[in-house]
Amino acid sequence: MATTGTPTNITQGSKTKGGIGESTLRPDGTLKVTGEFAYSSDMWHEDMLWGQTLRSTVAHAEIRSIDISEAVAMPGVYAVLTYDDLPTEVKNYGLEIQDTPVLAHGKVRHHGEPVALVAADHPETARRAAAKIKIEYVELPVITDEASATAPDAILVHEGRDDHHIGHVPHPNIVHRQPIVRGNADEAAKRADVIVKGEYTFGMQDQAFLGPESGLAVPSEDGGVELYVATQWLHSDLKQIAPVLGLPEEKVRMTLSGVGGAFGGREDISMQIHACLLALRTGKPVKIVYNRFESFFGHVHRHPAKLYYEHGATKDGKLTHMKCKIVLDGGAYASASPAVVGNASSLSVGPYVIDDVDIEAIALYTNNPPCGAMRGFGAVQACFAYEAQMDKLAAKLGIDPVEFRQLNAMEQGTIMPTGQPVDSPAPVAELLRRIKARPLPPEQQWATAGEQADVRALPGGLSNTTHGEGVVRGVGYAVGIKNVGFSEGFDDYSTAKVRMEVVGGEPVATVHTAMAEVGQGGVTVHAQIARTELGVTQVTIHPADTQVGSAGSTSASRQTYVTGGAVKNTCEHVREAVLEIGRRKFGSYHPAWATAELLLEGGKVVTDGGEVLADLVDVLEDEAVELELEWRHRPTEAFDLRTGQGNGHVQYSFAAHRAVVEVDTELGLVKVVELAVAQDVGKALNPLSVVGQIQGGTTQGLGVAVMEEIIVDPKTAKVRNPSFTDYLIPTILDTPTIPVDVLELADEHAPYGLRGIGEAPTLSSTPAVLAAIRNATGLELNRTPVRPEHLTGTESS
Amino acid sequence: MRVNFTVNGRKQEADDVWEGESLLYVLRERMGLPGSKNACEQGECGSCTVRLDGVPVCSCLVAAGQVEGREVVTVEGLADYAKHREDAHPGGGCASGACGTSIDAAQRWQAKPVDGQTGEAGALSPIQQAFIDAGAVQCGFCTPGLLVAADELLERNASPSDQDIREALSGNLCRCTGYEKILDAVRLAAARQEEAV
Repeated sequence: MATTGTPTNITQGSKTKGGIGESTLRPDGTLKVTGEFAYSSDMWHEDMLWGQTLRSTVAHAEIRSIDISEAVAMPGVYAVLTYDDLPTEVKNYGLEIQDTPVLAHGKVRHHGEPVALVAADHPETARRAAAKIKIEYVELPVITDEASATAPDAILVHEGRDDHHIGHVPHPNIVHRQPIVRGNADEAAKRADVIVKGEYTFGMQDQAFLGPESGLAVPSEDGGVELYVATQWLHSDLKQIAPVLGLPEEKVRMTLSGVGGAFGGREDISMQIHACLLALRTGKPVKIVYNRFESFFGHVHRHPAKLYYEHGATKDGKLTHMKCKIVLDGGAYASASPAVVGNASSLSVGPYVIDDVDIEAIALYTNNPPCGAMRGFGAVQACFAYEAQMDKLAAKLGIDPVEFRQLNAMEQGTIMPTGQPVDSPAPVAELLRRIKARPLPPEQQWATAGEQADVRALPGGLSNTTHGEGVVRGVGYAVGIKNVGFSEGFDDYSTAKVRMEVVGGEPVATVHTAMAEVGQGGVTVHAQIARTELGVTQVTIHPADTQVGSAGSTSASRQTYVTGGAVKNTCEHVREAVLEIGRRKFGSYHPAWATAELLLEGGKVVTDGGEVLADLVDVLEDEAVELELEWRHRPTEAFDLRTGQGNGHVQYSFAAHRAVVEVDTELGLVKVVELAVAQDVGKALNPLSVVGQIQGGTTQGLGVAVMEEIIVDPKTAKVRNPSFTDYLIPTILDTPTIPVDVLELADEHAPYGLRGIGEAPTLSSTPAVLAAIRNATGLELNRTPVRPEHLTGTESS
Repeated sequence: MRVNFTVNGRKQEADDVWEGESLLYVLRERMGLPGSKNACEQGECGSCTVRLDGVPVCSCLVAAGQVEGREVVTVEGLADYAKHREDAHPGGGCASGACGTSIDAAQRWQAKPVDGQTGEAGALSPIQQAFIDAGAVQCGFCTPGLLVAADELLERNASPSDQDIREALSGNLCRCTGYEKILDAVRLAAARQEEAV
């Protein structure tokens, strides 16, 4: 396999400090460690009111009446709003389908749906006033799964659908359906020596970002509103907010506040419209901050899924065919469900070569909590299932599971089930080789360490439940494929404004984009790109707002690629303009201005031979060069609605994991000892941040393997565990050491050859941990997360 | 009610405090100190960790009235707190437990103002600098609580093992980093502290 491919030849900027490829430190780091960084929940304004949302206590019901009289009468209460107070005819919003009511109208479709709003002078007053609002519900039967959603007499979650998917779905309670058919799976199955069928269940995961949904809306003198908020895409919010308020977009001025993590959970609107409505109604600034309980209702979750897979293979270990059906529970509102369906179906085969496939993915409308974007976006659920299948096939064939994967691994040139060729490096076999080659962590430390044995390293940890008795070890492998960027023909562009001028006797570049920095380090990378492209060391990152064009979403592993690409592109044009000024001023003094390739390095114009022609300070003097440009990656196509064929994706990203676990089989407690990962990143623009993303993504995958699940009561569709007491995310004690092996095989189509990296490590982490637990226990374990009762056989029901 | 207490070395007075308000609410909404974070408000995540008379606590679980007459150190005061400790006990933490900061001593120092315009703070404490250098900060929402907890760990255990670090920080949730860089940061701060001796 070709592992050559040095990243795009970088000449410009290679002599300027702090450029791409260096682990420069975060520009917001100091503010974040001193407590000065202003997160959206930290915003404060004189005379500010607090907003509170009243949410439904039932999942599916008609609203007979709402009585706000007691709430309105409370001292300190400034406004109480319900559906009837919405100012325009636009009363719904949504990412793709505008099916989500700003406030419930006559009906609620899920537990925790917003019904009324209160603004008061103290948050406790607002909470108490909201509690005094009386709502009369008449409960309806709940739709909770595929059977109840598609039953002939099923209640429709949404009556009178007129969205663009309704024409091709088999039932109005199905949001979207995407089949993919390639080759002939039935024919190919006849060549199979072994066939493996499996049914898998993926639990509902929460993004559990630490900074709760929050923001501050300030009414402005021109009748508009300023909104300071934590989001993943300012311009997408703006498009949904302005029509509900009845304001032109330019009168809704949005500024990104500090974002305490996102992971997909801030793609949808939460408190944005509510805060603006209250601010415009009261004429006062209004702050809304969800607490953790409300946060669990305030954003969509990862789709829980049922996955039905069939694979065949010949006895020499070659996959013959794959059939699958993936059923995603989209909950009560569409959110990103259609795109999640597209991802789940188009990536359902995994990073393997299978020519004959028969694939179907659907998302349901139910009365469960709405589900949408979360890191990995449809590819996560599929990876859990197909990797379990790979292990079962390997076991049946008596082939080593890594070797079996390598035998079938895709590579550059492989045709995806969608007919799209993989046209950049796909080092699947190499990633697997690397993680397998790592030495394993020492076994049975409790036995060798004797008295010194540290219970904190054992299953159960400080609970001191075992000193090694009943503990068995297992090792498991998994690999995955994720698309990068928005797919299926979406116009996925970004905008960057770059200004170059002399400030205080030094050339300074200012980069202004609307990119949401949610922690990923985009601001670090933008400064690095500007240094590399403009040869300056001083770079200012302007706050993200809607005064500049859209940067698209901080999702889909796309921001370094797309907004990074936009910054690079604008910088290149600024560089050309600066050189043009130089030619005009100094061209006659030196022939190289006309003949040589000119670079900007260390604040100077130099020839590619290294000769200094001019100082940027002298070229620019008091002139400033400023450009705002849009940039696009190469276009994609929609998938055919019947066959699923189409060049739908921009780029793919690959990671592989090896998990080592120790399981206390008596108590069903799992200790993940090590979770090693290898990932191809194309080009690491900031190696420190790259490793941080990979470790963070890996840990979220670990969480959904062994602890994270929103439990929804199947009888009432109510959420049972909306708190960090009952919804567990990994602590530092649950998280093992995560060695990271980074490959850099350039994708010639991408800026600097880079690959979007944020999501791939979340995919294979989960199935690797599951494989290790299966290896340790011999259990089949077809659902995730695994709970103790699944390991001890003491599960009730 | 009125509550008098010391925050980062300065006497503070909060008026019209409602009995149900937490220390976290008073710090964030009445003292202009939003560095302590409000991620779960039920003591599960550690984002609001402060020192109360030297002891790390979740400020969301402390009723504001309970801090009457007591000493609070938040992330905003961490750098000066560490500087004072270094001045009083050169060489940093000690395992004997005899060199923590006494309340008496804490009363003699004051946090320096941070320039809100440029965002440039005074010198950072070793643990703050180590978090930046090691890449332990991503979204940063868990960072203030982790810094307070990690600083307290290094005060009582100058060279903690990895398991010691994990145990000490197990009450602080982080969703971004996978904790590896946080371990790196604490190891780095400990190593630098040792070098400085």
